[in-house]
Amino acid sequence: MAVGSVDVTYRGIFQKSLASVITKALVKAARHEHKIGGTVQRYSDSPERNGIPAKQFAVIADEETSLRVEMAKYEPDTVVATCVLDDTLVKGLESWAWYGVQAVNASLSPGGVLLVVSERPIEELADWMPRADFDWRLAVLSRKTSFAGLWVYNDDGTDMEVLGALSRVTGGLVALESLVATAAAGSDAARRAELLESGFSSVQVAPISAGVGREWPYETPALPAWDEMGEGVAIRGVPKGERNMLFQKFTTRTARPVVDFDRCVRCQICYTVCPDEAFDPTPSGHYAVDYGHCCGCGICANACPVEGCIEMVDELAFSDNSDLHRIYEADPEGYGNLRQAALATAGGPVRHYGIF
Amino acid sequence: MTTIEKPVSTPGPAGGGPGYQEEILTGCDAVAQSLRLLDVDVLAGYPIRPYDAVMATVAKMIANGEMDAEFIIADSEHSQFEIGKHASLVGARSFIGSSGVGWMYGMEALVVTSSLRLPVVALVGNRALDDPGAFGVEHNDALMVRDTGWLLYWVETAQEALDMTLMAYRVAEDHRVMLPCALSMDGAFLTHSQHVVQVPGKAAVERFVPQYDLGDRRLHPDNPISVAPQFNEDWVMEARRQSDAAMRRVPGVIEEAAAEFKEVFGRGPEDPFVEAYMMQDAEYALVGMGTVGMVGKVAVDQMRAQGKKVGFLRVKWFRPFPASRLRSLLGGLKGIGVIDRDYSFGSNAWGGVLYTEVAAALYASGSRPVVVPFIAGLGGREVSVQNMVEIQGVVEQHIASQPAEVDCHWIGVREHVGKGGER
Ligand code: SF4
Ligand code: SF4
Repeated sequence: MAVGSVDVTYRGIFQKSLASVITKALVKAARHEHKIGGTVQRYSDSPERNGIPAKQFAVIADEETSLRVEMAKYEPDTVVATCVLDDTLVKGLESWAWYGVQAVNASLSPGGVLLVVSERPIEELADWMPRADFDWRLAVLSRKTSFAGLWVYNDDGTDMEVLGALSRVTGGLVALESLVATAAAGSDAARRAELLESGFSSVQVAPISAGVGREWPYETPALPAWDEMGEGVAIRGVPKGERNMLFQKFTTRTARPVVDFDRCVRCQICYTVCPDEAFDPTPSGHYAVDYGHCCGCGICANACPVEGCIEMVDELAFSDNSDLHRIYEADPEGYGNLRQAALATAGGPVRHYGIF
Repeated sequence: MTTIEKPVSTPGPAGGGPGYQEEILTGCDAVAQSLRLLDVDVLAGYPIRPYDAVMATVAKMIANGEMDAEFIIADSEHSQFEIGKHASLVGARSFIGSSGVGWMYGMEALVVTSSLRLPVVALVGNRALDDPGAFGVEHNDALMVRDTGWLLYWVETAQEALDMTLMAYRVAEDHRVMLPCALSMDGAFLTHSQHVVQVPGKAAVERFVPQYDLGDRRLHPDNPISVAPQFNEDWVMEARRQSDAAMRRVPGVIEEAAAEFKEVFGRGPEDPFVEAYMMQDAEYALVGMGTVGMVGKVAVDQMRAQGKKVGFLRVKWFRPFPASRLRSLLGGLKGIGVIDRDYSFGSNAWGGVLYTEVAAALYASGSRPVVVPFIAGLGGREVSVQNMVEIQGVVEQHIASQPAEVDCHWIGVREHVGKGGER
């Protein structure tokens, strides 16, 4: 190995410190093995806002040249493992910079491994995976998603378990013993060593063949040349009544608001309070959520005056962003069943982690 | 529930100096470590990214009791820089910093700091100027003080950021100098990436940087002085000449300090002013500042492997500008490509600031090489190894075709299809 990178994909702010602890620990362990390394935060994810998909990667190398080349980039070239700290990120990642919605395994190198922290079965996660044109592996570390705040660190052991799992699935990019020697320091050493060990031994891996998986529906936006752009940093607005399809924001969401239109009293409050103007008025007087543009903040669910009318439901209970109100209009009863089924899949509504 | 990374000793290469510890730090964290080791008295801050990562780290160190300092959050950059200036004037070692338009907003306070000859040290996390409100690196922010008596240095790695923070105080506070010093650090590529850093012990730092002593210029009730009275044509020119004389003494002070740095810490660069990579037998050179050096040196390795005699020259101190070093290293070469991560619209050959300075320095060289200006990496766009190879190609083409006028080339900009550029 001349150089290998581990890309850590996480939810902005809530998992920033976690991603940073993991990448740093990888470099420390590599130093223990007399290798060199560094970490890079994908800067176009800044400023981080609650829940936006963000990335930080660690580079481990044998010599300076490869390290320098890899660290002069926002996206590394030789990703041996991508670590996904929240499983709802499998729906895609949208950065502040206009890269479009990127697939969670987009930066993976052939033969690489995607490690997802999730309580879902590996087969269910495999179903979500975008297609790659090479063989790769999916790994799952069965754990509850770890969220914290900006300045606090949720020291719940996820860091150690992920590191142990990474050591295993990368075939020893850094050895478990090196992690134990460097990461399991201090008064908590025994507990940390145990967690490293448990991550190492409990991680599940499944091979995924080239060409297997979901077709990625999003395109990379084409950006204009300097002499095609409007001058004076002015860009065309979205025509009245339309939405911006180049920047959508739904990948920020871990749960979505689902409206029980039969209970809705058409008071307009959700429409008024939504900071992303994600609600569309409809002729029936209901407000339909545009799931492409809803960031999942939960403000509407909190503001709706009718008990149980808007509920936040785990994002992976839904396969796409289609208009649920249209389904309701066509078949109210069918919609009710769909809503109940989604709630059942998700194990009930979520108490949202965002502002509330 | 804590975010603080306690220093841990891990085995690493020797050369950290007495009592060093190895840590994995961002460029901003590395500066913060130096501020702790230097016992900086007053830190004034106003948040703007990417520089503000240093504020976060310092705040944590103070909260953890690892550092004892006045940390004043101002209401703007202008107030922040004024706080730094006044603290320095009453004898406190002080630190300020900013990025992009934040640095510009405090410009008045910056120029009075240098004209009052106060050795404040600043971190500029290089960021594009607004508009648009981009976060990526451009060097124009720090370069705006280039004519005002500020010392300016561009770092490439987190280790260099730590070392040069020590060096900045040492040089700025030298009685022969007494000028403020700004360290420039590429936003994202260094402010937000972590490198392996040797953090020296406090005793070694204390040996290298003596106590700050403003002498009889210190504002104190026991030392009645009036600072900054109204001057006009009667005295202004003499005051400017003093700043000029101080600036002229800086290269000697830097050399002295660099030699002592090596003595104290057991490491340090060969040349404190520029980094000359593979320049001994070079026929061509690429010249740049900051983190482009990382890819520049790799590109040189690749081109050398193909038998091309190219070197990379990284300008480290920009003020004072190391003109004589450049003449001795670059004079007589066949061709030079200067890569500016900045712009100076309408300037000589439509090039950037570094180009203008390098070309001017080489004008006094016995055999003037061809110098071609390039602009690359604006707004934080990546500069790749391939870009560097492309630049070398343009330099060679320029020599072969001998155009009547030198004209700046933009590298990595999206060009309209049909104009020969990539889309
Ligand atoms: S969760 Fe509700 S308030 Fe928040 S963006 Fe989505 S629709 Fe709007
Ligand atoms: S706030 Fe609730 S009740 Fe009011 S319109 Fe929205 S969904 Fe209906």
